[in-house]
Amino acid sequence: MVDGDDRSERRDPATGAGWVDAPPRMGFFTDTSVCIGCKACEVACKEWNGVPTSGLDLLGMSYDNTGALTANSWRHVAFIEQPRPAGDPEASSAGSQFLGMPEPGPPGRTGSAEGRSDFRWLMMSDVCKHCTQAGCLDVCPTGALFRTEFGTVVVQEDICNGCGYCVSACPYGVIDRRVDDGRVWKCTLCYDRIGAGLTPACAQACPTESIQYGPLDELRERAATRVATLHERGVPEARLYGHDPDDGVGGDGAFFLLLDEPEVYGLPPDPQVPTRDLPNMWKRAGVAALAMAAGAVVAFLGGKR
Amino acid sequence: MSSQRPPVGERFRRFRDRRDAGLTVPPAEFTSYYGRPILKPPVWTWEIAAYLFTGGLAAGSSLLAAGGQLTGRPAVRRAGRVAALAAVTASTGLLVKDLGRPERFHHMLRVAKPTSPMSVGTWILAAYGPAAGLAAIAEVAPLLPRRGPLGLARRVLPPVGRVAGLAAAATAPALGTYTGVLLADTAVPSWHEAYPHLPLVFAGSALASGAGVGLIAVPPAQAGPARRMAVVGAALELYGAHQLESRLGLLSEPYRTGRAGWLLRAGRALTAAGVAGAVLAGRNRSVAVLSGAALLAASVATRFGVFRAGVASARDPRYTVLPQRERLERRRAGETPQR
Repeated sequence: MVDGDDRSERRDPATGAGWVDAPPRMGFFTDTSVCIGCKACEVACKEWNGVPTSGLDLLGMSYDNTGALTANSWRHVAFIEQPRPAGDPEASSAGSQFLGMPEPGPPGRTGSAEGRSDFRWLMMSDVCKHCTQAGCLDVCPTGALFRTEFGTVVVQEDICNGCGYCVSACPYGVIDRRVDDGRVWKCTLCYDRIGAGLTPACAQACPTESIQYGPLDELRERAATRVATLHERGVPEARLYGHDPDDGVGGDGAFFLLLDEPEVYGLPPDPQVPTRDLPNMWKRAGVAALAMAAGAVVAFLGGKR
Repeated sequence: MSSQRPPVGERFRRFRDRRDAGLTVPPAEFTSYYGRPILKPPVWTWEIAAYLFTGGLAAGSSLLAAGGQLTGRPAVRRAGRVAALAAVTASTGLLVKDLGRPERFHHMLRVAKPTSPMSVGTWILAAYGPAAGLAAIAEVAPLLPRRGPLGLARRVLPPVGRVAGLAAAATAPALGTYTGVLLADTAVPSWHEAYPHLPLVFAGSALASGAGVGLIAVPPAQAGPARRMAVVGAALELYGAHQLESRLGLLSEPYRTGRAGWLLRAGRALTAAGVAGAVLAGRNRSVAVLSGAALLAASVATRFGVFRAGVASARDPRYTVLPQRERLERRRAGETPQR
């Protein structure tokens, strides 16, 4: 959908993709303020979807040994350690810093004030955003990626030929090619489960309701209420990410409540779907093609020999 | 004492570092998730960079061949057609080989999707390939016997080849430039922001490589058009590459530094050498062949340089975060007065 600026299509990508009488658009609201970093979502996702292991890999940077969303990790719990108190109203983005391997007690509790440091943990379960204007879907040359009736974006593994274009087109770095398999894989928002009226595996497994599944309109209302509550309670840094239908990807089907800048969690601060500029790109290519043809004509007519 | 002076290599390195330090943007503050990349680097490997070259070579050669055909230069026509077939055959092989599932290459032909430059490119190749192939096959006509069924082919092939050669030349500019859109229509920062310039670089590189074929395979007496095509192609390529290296702000950095920067500088030097050789001494056959080879090598270096610069920009979160932060701040600054 190059210029999918048609109002109804932006609000409801399923209708824009040709579904008739589509059910309401479904999505995830991931509230990172209640995430405890248990990774039940990662495990439930792997179990239900039969996602292969990515092997034992200790990254040595935090409790996060998954590292990123990949073909073999469709949920990824980011784990950020920051040397400052939680809920500090003066808090500005400080990035992440590894504070050492865990001890029986919290870091810094030595029995005396000596060497004691304040810090906070940020945890966030990342997932495919199921964009309203999805770069992966736009550039897929085989039609393997498609828009479901729920407004989500899913790969058909019997069609994908592993061209890898979607991998480079995703502004979030989500979709990925599986090395030993050659095809691309990502979160399907449990297309099989939601079609049968079930909750996706990760949301079902989440013990704190950090991952909430439901109709997107409802989730957006709930998220706005939650941000207001947090602001009232003295957490001014709470903000929503990916909820805005006017952002560079037309809003995400899976959006987040964050407690710091997006890049601290490994998210792009202002993602844009690459195909937004596609009409201009073709224009520039057209000009270049004309220049090329003209160059050849000049070469043959520009001299005697 | 002169022994106090550092060796010349060391002095050169210091000079170069000082010079480069003036060119690069000072490191800006940004935060990231443990320095890990936000984007996935392209999974494409050397095959795609090589295809950028072979696809351009095919396009340039077909234009050369059509020019030779229309202006009565049989040697130019023959060289162009044969090179085009070889290059488009290599292109197809490289593209299929780069797939994660090569046996499913024909799934590209299930759909025609204008939003996917790869789908558009597939159909451009599908139109161009058979035309270029037919034009090249027509070149065997003079070798066929005069009588029998092959004698019929001997009479039919030349006119078929003329039509096919013109059809290939008509699609060649699209083949030579769509690859710029192919790279630009991604989230890879230094490719995406370069969308106004990439097609021009590739158009110039394609013309220059086509000219290279002409310089190598055509006797100098007929190679005048190839020499002029080299000049035009080199001008476009050098101008476009300069835009890449200077007009994209922070995102120009990957085009100037590391292996990509080295490749692009090598490409520029080879282009300059090739054009100079062709223009100044192109009537000498050996110089012409060397100049043509330099132009082909320049095209390879430029394509691999552009390819690697994009990969480098996707690997470093700096190139994702900083330009997006700037964009956000610009937008916020634009919004504030309205409130």
